[in-house]
Amino acid sequence: MDIKRSYYEDIELFRSKTVLVGFLLFFVLLFLLPWIVAKTHILGLSVYLLNLIIIHCIVAIGLNILVGYTGQISMGHAGFFAIGAFTTVMFITQLGIPFVLALPAAAFISAGFGFLLGLPSLRLEGPYLAIATMGFGMAATTVIKHAEFFGGRMGLQAPKLYLGAVPMKDIHFYYLILGIGILLAIAAIKLFKTKVGRAFIAIRDSDVAAETMGVNLTYYKTLAFAVSAFYTGVAGGLYAFILGFINPEGFHIIMSITFLAMVVVGGLGSIMGSIAGATLMTYLDVKLQAIQDIPGIGAILVSFSEKYMSMSGISNVAIIVYGLIMILIVLFEPLGIFGIWIRIKRYWKTYPF
Amino acid sequence: MLGQLIVSGLAVGSCYALLALAMVIIYKTSEVLNFAQGEMAMVSSFIAFVLLESYHLSFPVALLLTLLFAAALGAFLDFVFLRPAKDPTVIGLIIITLGFEMILMGLAGWKWGADQRSLPFPVSGFETYNFSGLLMSKINFWTIITCLFLMVLLFLFFQYTKMGTAMRATQQNKSVARLMGIRTKRIFSFTWALSSMIGAVAGMFIAALTVLDPPMMMDPMMKAFAAAVLGGMTSLPGAAIGGAILGVVENLFGGYISLAFKSVVAFAVIVLMLCFRPSGLLGKHFVKKV
Repeated sequence: MDIKRSYYEDIELFRSKTVLVGFLLFFVLLFLLPWIVAKTHILGLSVYLLNLIIIHCIVAIGLNILVGYTGQISMGHAGFFAIGAFTTVMFITQLGIPFVLALPAAAFISAGFGFLLGLPSLRLEGPYLAIATMGFGMAATTVIKHAEFFGGRMGLQAPKLYLGAVPMKDIHFYYLILGIGILLAIAAIKLFKTKVGRAFIAIRDSDVAAETMGVNLTYYKTLAFAVSAFYTGVAGGLYAFILGFINPEGFHIIMSITFLAMVVVGGLGSIMGSIAGATLMTYLDVKLQAIQDIPGIGAILVSFSEKYMSMSGISNVAIIVYGLIMILIVLFEPLGIFGIWIRIKRYWKTYPF
Repeated sequence: MLGQLIVSGLAVGSCYALLALAMVIIYKTSEVLNFAQGEMAMVSSFIAFVLLESYHLSFPVALLLTLLFAAALGAFLDFVFLRPAKDPTVIGLIIITLGFEMILMGLAGWKWGADQRSLPFPVSGFETYNFSGLLMSKINFWTIITCLFLMVLLFLFFQYTKMGTAMRATQQNKSVARLMGIRTKRIFSFTWALSSMIGAVAGMFIAALTVLDPPMMMDPMMKAFAAAVLGGMTSLPGAAIGGAILGVVENLFGGYISLAFKSVVAFAVIVLMLCFRPSGLLGKHFVKKV
């Protein structure tokens, strides 16, 4: 059933006509989603939340390229996210570069920092790499916080963007971000059908063996960091504009951890998994902040908090649920949402048996 | 000025060293990077706070009960979450401990809110000892003394007790240790309990030196991790030395160069050191089999 008969079948984006039609329907749905949301408020979504979800999808894809496909751990992606956000805004306000050029420029700067962070990774692994990347994330935000140039502790106001003469609203950003997101997702899927992507996977499976087979470790490891940082930088630049205001306090270590959680929950080494993971975790994160408003559970939690816990800290339930999901996924479904999907698919393919 | 900075750096550094020791003990035995160490210590400090403030117990009794709680918490986490994990990957293990961290932090925030409290501690933070001109606050002095004492105790435990020997055997080779009749799973739970107790002591000192609130351990925890890596992640003396070095360097940097970048300098030191010695100061570089 899944036998590939030629090389071209292996590098095809859509494996069959059914998959292609499915994806086209999915794109149409994504295209119509803002209207559906505006009309029905289905699941309590808003266009702002949709924007946030797509941005986190881009980060998760970028981080998955590094963690899931190349096997390097990074606990400092909030640093790249911050670099992307602040450089994009600075380029526009200080140098007057148009947004269309500022965003890729900032992403390349972020990729440059990714290359630099990739250098120590050549000799480090496991805990040593974790601390080095974590240090990078902390250093990036601390430098931004203390440099007057970046607005210091007060943060920066993102400039208004204009579409022709009309100022851009959330809905316009939705299509912009969606376009960039789809482009980057397809690029990521295609990347792993090329020599570069396969070198990444070889490094993940065994870096020594990969080197023996002629994979240049120095080049590909730093490249993986740079590509991952590029994705995160793009997402950061977009994030600055949907938030309207960026503040270095927001890009802390917890953010890096949530990015990592998205990737692991979605499934390591799967682009569609990253998208699913980022969607689920972002949605939960935003919705659980106001847990007392959820019908049913909310009232029980409120009375429980009044009796045994404290009312002021009820939003902390969100963190607890988040942590539990992370642990349960690793314990019971190491491949994440992608693993669940694979199991469902296999069950139906061989249905009666 | 120089002496003062070094002394207070050593006091903070010994707290880092204790936390780092706790991490190293777990890492050596089970190759789990315990990111929840700081939050475990924070919850234990809160328990001590409740025992002292709400139940008005005397300090030694409260300390004893806190240590018991910490041991139970550590063993519980290992038993409930780490034992069921079937051959997890390195990243999977990191995610599990990050998950603990979030759960513990959420629980503490839910129960005690975001208020800053001060832990009633028997040693004053304002009175000072005067060692021929070198002023030293009492709490700094006792922090250093306690940490040194605990390190010696740990050394004796690992070297001369049956349990310590079993733990070292498990660290060296799990399967052979099992063949020799050591219940390695029980050793893991015991390791978590022990390291949680060490962390709790460090947490109480940090709460007394600063304030007691749910995010209080975030920064010390990362410093402790840095100290453990600096010392080589698998070496107990390395962790102690790493903690002391980090505390002093950080304080000197804060005192003479820039207070704003004080908390980053630790990571700069780490990255520089890792460039020259990729497995830490005292860590052994092991060659991986392919």
